[in-house]
Order: sequence, then structure tokens, then C-alpha cells
Amino acid sequence: MASATLLKSSFLPKKAEWGATRQAATPKPVTVSMVVRASAYADELVQTAKTIASPGRGILAMDESNATCGKRLDSIGLENTEANRQAYRTLLVTPPGLGQYISGAILFEETLYQSTVDGKKIVDILVEQGIVPGIKVDKGLVPLVGSNNESWCQGLDGLASREAAYYQQGARFAKWRTVVSIPNGPSELAVKEAAWGLARYAAISQDNGLVPIVEPEILLDGEHGIDRTFEVAQKVWAETFYYMAENNVMFEGILLKPSMVTPGAECKDRATPEQVADYTLKLLHRRIPPAVPGIMFLSGGQSEVEATQNLNAMNQGPNPWHVSFSYARALQNTCLKTWGGRPENVKAAQDALLLRAKANSLAQLGKYTSDGEAAEAQEGMFVKNYSY
Amino acid sequence: MSAFVGKYADELIKTAKYIATPSKGILAADESTGTIGKRLSSINVENVESNRQALRELLFTAPGAFEYLSGVILFEETLYQKTSNGKPFVDLLNAGGVVPGIKVDKGTVEIAGTNGETTTQGLDSLGARCAKYYEAGARFAKWRAVLKIGPAGEPSELAVKQNAEGLARYALLCQENGLVPIVEPEILTDGAHDIKTCAAVTERVLAAVYKSLNDHKVLLEGTLLKPNMVTPGSDSPKVGAEVIAEYTVAALRRTVPPAVPGVVFLSGGQSEEEASQNLNAMNKLEVLKPWTLSFSFGRALQQSTLKKWAGKKENVASAQATFLVRCKANSEATLGKYDGAGAGAGDAAASESLHVKGYKY
Repeated sequence: MASATLLKSSFLPKKAEWGATRQAATPKPVTVSMVVRASAYADELVQTAKTIASPGRGILAMDESNATCGKRLDSIGLENTEANRQAYRTLLVTPPGLGQYISGAILFEETLYQSTVDGKKIVDILVEQGIVPGIKVDKGLVPLVGSNNESWCQGLDGLASREAAYYQQGARFAKWRTVVSIPNGPSELAVKEAAWGLARYAAISQDNGLVPIVEPEILLDGEHGIDRTFEVAQKVWAETFYYMAENNVMFEGILLKPSMVTPGAECKDRATPEQVADYTLKLLHRRIPPAVPGIMFLSGGQSEVEATQNLNAMNQGPNPWHVSFSYARALQNTCLKTWGGRPENVKAAQDALLLRAKANSLAQLGKYTSDGEAAEAQEGMFVKNYSY
Repeated sequence: MSAFVGKYADELIKTAKYIATPSKGILAADESTGTIGKRLSSINVENVESNRQALRELLFTAPGAFEYLSGVILFEETLYQKTSNGKPFVDLLNAGGVVPGIKVDKGTVEIAGTNGETTTQGLDSLGARCAKYYEAGARFAKWRAVLKIGPAGEPSELAVKQNAEGLARYALLCQENGLVPIVEPEILTDGAHDIKTCAAVTERVLAAVYKSLNDHKVLLEGTLLKPNMVTPGSDSPKVGAEVIAEYTVAALRRTVPPAVPGVVFLSGGQSEEEASQNLNAMNKLEVLKPWTLSFSFGRALQQSTLKKWAGKKENVASAQATFLVRCKANSEATLGKYDGAGAGAGDAAASESLHVKGYKY
């Protein structure tokens, strides 16, 4: 008769990590194992996902492609050169103590191989800060033939060997962003393709040691109300999880990056953070199995403060998964403007980044208050037809 | 609409939540006339209505049992039966805080072209039947889909899809008519496969079931799941309760969204004691389980009770006492507090395996 001693490492998260208030009189060590769908990297994937999904922390998304980074630099009057991108990314990863609030940073390929002006590898700086390096692996959106002017995401060709190389370089998680557009339908075809592509990417990533962040962004563009977003989101997540199951993806070793459930950007009816939280939590409860350790929301054009308030509203009670952030613009906006490309502004810019990181950290713990937020931070960042 | 929110939505959510109350579970007493005949014949009792009524009355009037039960699944005949004092069973149950439920499927048939795989019948006029049962006092329903693990990779994609779709259609029809659907995709234990195989199949089946439920816009908050526990095949070496607990809970964590309020396991041929021990081990696991883990047992609640009764009036009290022991044991198991005290009281019968190869329900 087999016994507990035959079981290996833990796939089921330990009690201390999910923070519920059920107390055992004498807490026992949990020795469990789950070897169905294991790959060579199974234990490491679970550990990495748990680390990123740790309380009070979230992800800094800084994986803008060169073209997109160019737009950011242009907005502060800087030329899109490698030196400027290097300067900006160095600024982002070096604030002292950033690792208190940030558990992971998503990089663009160039940055994964980049060093600072002093010759220090960006990846190494991140690791020293206690931040897990991640890598954007998709190759962008292209028109989806046969759809209603919708897109699909490229990047599966050669993905396995690319990810193996990224792992060698120090990356431990990956990210793939596909989009779904409500004004364009979305069509069944577009939803299926988005979900299937994510599922294939997720399986390949796990096979090569990278925790896949699964990101089907439902674009904010549109006049639709929050109920319509809710309906589409439920469909998208049902498809995505089903295809991931078919591809034998191990859910203890993935992270999600969904959009929050909100009205469309051009909808006349706005929603309060409590409404956004209500709808979004309902979505999560109906579609996300508890094995998934973390849900890291994208900000998608919300203002810095909105993104923080909405996250905070979602964390007013215990959740079966870590509910956190993976923000780009909603973390970087004020920081970028404060820097303006000037070395003398670096400290102030880093302070601005730390301020937002801390605010979102508090929001993850459900403890954020908006007293003292600057007007700048409340400015919306929605750009119609935004191309990433 | 994102999920069906018809006129019964609030009631469905409330009922499902109540049935999933920790410390309570379901007595599956919905054996068809044919099946109950097998039970009665095993104790040399004739399969006539009065005996069927007597057995169910024994169970429903067992002193103290209702404290541990939140629901009872009935067969159609029983839904309209009364106690010997003329009190309708439905009223008796309601007075005791036990929700009456009703089996609505019409059994399995083979899917031609497969290796003996089945689909479940019963969708025709199901809506109207559910409305009728609601009027008669039922507030939840049950439909059993059956899958098997076989040497040629069974369950086949066809069987999985067919059964998942059947469950989804049944579930929506129930909700339209005020009944909380218990979704039961039973994977039989028959076979020599190991526990990992059972885990993989269970995860595959549950993923397909929830995909179908979602596609059909079933309101998950107003459903319950009745799955098999994840165990080795009946022809394979047994494993301990902790192992079963870990594989089972891991499988559920990978497939069952937190919106589902409760998982009420079937016992599927496990002995009374085994079933309680396994349920207990699951509830002791220190891991997040956002749904209640409870029981919906037929044989594993009734076996030793049936033997004690043996059809004789003079045995009713002691049979009821035996039944109470099993109810209490399983109640404690839902809290992770069962210490095995029920094993002795039921005697050897409690540890007797109830597995029947190729069991036809």
C-alpha cells in the first residue's frame, strides 16, 4: 500500500501562502505531489509562479517593442536610440528596494541581452533586486484572414528554441499578448484563434522552463457596456482554459494577465471601482480554477490611479488566487514624464516609480487609499485603436 | 446573456449553497425500481411498493439523521410517497431542513461504434418534467453520466463530448424550471489502471464538462458537482486515503471554478468506511478548497443499514441507529474530523467493498 512518503514535491500551495484565516491548532507540513502533466521543469515552474504571485507584489511590464518604446521616448522629446532605451530601462530597474513591491519584470528581447552603461547585465540587476526576469515572446498582431477585420497573434514558429535560449539568458517567465475586439464582434474565429494560440504558447513555454503569462486582452475600445464586456470575457476565458487543458498545460505553473471587466472606453455609462471589482471577481470565480496561483491584471489605458483603485477594490476580501497587477503605462507614466530624458531627474523619476509600485502593492493587499495622489496620476491613458 | 439568470436564479443559488453546508451532505436514495429490487433481494425482501416505501421511511425517520443531511435524492415513485402515518415524504424532509431532490435521467444506452461506451437519456420533455417535480416539492435534480477508462484510450473524445453536452443541456433545463442540477460525470473504477491515469482522465472529463456548462450558459453558482474520487482502478493495488485525497483535490483545483459552491462525491463501490475515510482525508488537506467537499452517497450510506433491517419491523430501530452512525461519520468527514469510530458500529458490513464489476445502475 503506497503511503505519503512516496510522494515528492509540492504542487498544492502551502497554507501560509493563501492567507485564509482558517487556523489549525498544530499546523502540519504539507507533503503532496501532483505528477500528472509534469514536465522536466514542473517543480521550478510552480515555484516561480508562486514567487511572482507573492503577497503585496506584482509585475512591472517593461517589454515595449523598440517601435513602441520609441513612442514613449518621443513623448518626452527623446530620439529612439539603443542608448536612450538602455538609459530608460536602467532607470526602471535600479530604484533601491523596488523588489519590495515588484516580483517580476517583463523585458523585450533587446533588454534581456542588454547591460547598463557600467556593463552590468540588466537581468542580473533584476535578480539582485529580488525580481524575476521575464520575456515577451510573441511576434505581434497581424490581420486575421476570414474574420471581421480582427487580429491574431504570431510567434509559435521556432518558439521552443527561442525560449530555451531565453531561459539560458536568465528569463524564468514569458508573456504573449493577443487581443479580442468587441466592436468587431468578436467573431467565433477570432476568439478560438486567440485561445488556441495562447494554449500552444503556454504548453511550449512550460516545456522550456518558462512560466507562461496568459494574456488575452479584451480591448477597451468601444461603446459597449460592462455587461457586454462580461459576456465576452466569460467566453474568452472558457475557451482559453479548455484549450490549455487540451494542450496539457499545468495550471499550477501559469499566471494570467486579463483585462478587468469595465465598460468600453466610449461608453456613456462609467463604472465605479466597486462595480469593476464586482464584475471582474464574478468573472474570475466562474472561469478560473483555483490551481492558478496568480492573476496579474493589465491596465490597458486606465489612468495610474484608476488602475490602482480597481485593483484595491478587488482585494477587499480573500480570493482563491493572488490578485495583482502587471502594469506598464500605469506604473511608468509619471516616472517617464518626470525623467524627461535628463540625468538630473533620475532620482525623482525613480521615486515616482516607487510611489506607484508601492500604491499597487498596497492595492494588492486591499489597503490602498487615494489621499495624496497627484492630478497627473489620475489622467486617463486610453488611446483609441492603440497599437502596442 | 453571460449566464442564464431566469426567474429562479436567486433561489437556485440559495439552495445550492445550503446543500453545500459544511457538516451536511446528501443521501442518494434514488435507486430505480429495478435497482432497488437488487438491494431488496440481497436481504431476501420482495420488490413491492410497500417494501420500497418501508425502506425509505426507515431512512427518513431515523432519529437524528437529518442533522447531517442537507438533501435526499429521490426516485420519481418516492417523490409522491407518504409515511405509514400518511405524511408525504417531501413534507417530512422539508420539516427536517432536508431539501428533496429528484433523479431525472432515464438511464444509459450504448453509443454505437464505440467499445461499449454510453450516453445518458432523458432530455425529451425534461423541462416539463422538471416543472412538475418542482410543483411536487423537489428543489434539485440529478443526472448521471457514465464514462469508463479502457485499454484503447477510453473514454473516447466522442463519449466525453456527448456526455458533457448531455449534462449541460440537462443542467440548463433544470435551472429554467427551478431545480438545482447536480452534475454527475462518473468515471467508473473498473479496470487495472493506476491512480495517475484516473487523475488524467478525471481532469480531462471535468474540463470538458465545464466547457459545455459554460457554452450552455449554465449558472455555476446554482449547480453542484458529483464526481468520482480519484482512485486506482478496481483491479489495481489500493492506495491510502491521503493519496486519494491529494490526487482528487488537485484534479478539482485544476478544473472546478470557485463559483461552484459544493462538490458532493459519489461513492461508486467503495465500502462505507473507505468512502468516509477518503472524504475525511480530503477535508484535512491544508490547501485552498473554495468549494465544500461533501458526500452524495447511496450504497456507502445504506449498505449496513439495509443488512441490519433485513426487511423486519423489529429491526427498524437498530437499522436506523446504524444509519445514523454512517451519517454522522460522513458529516465529521466533511469537517476533517472523522476518527474512524463508525467502523466498529457497522460491523464488517461497513468495511465491505461495494464494487460490482460492470455495475449497471
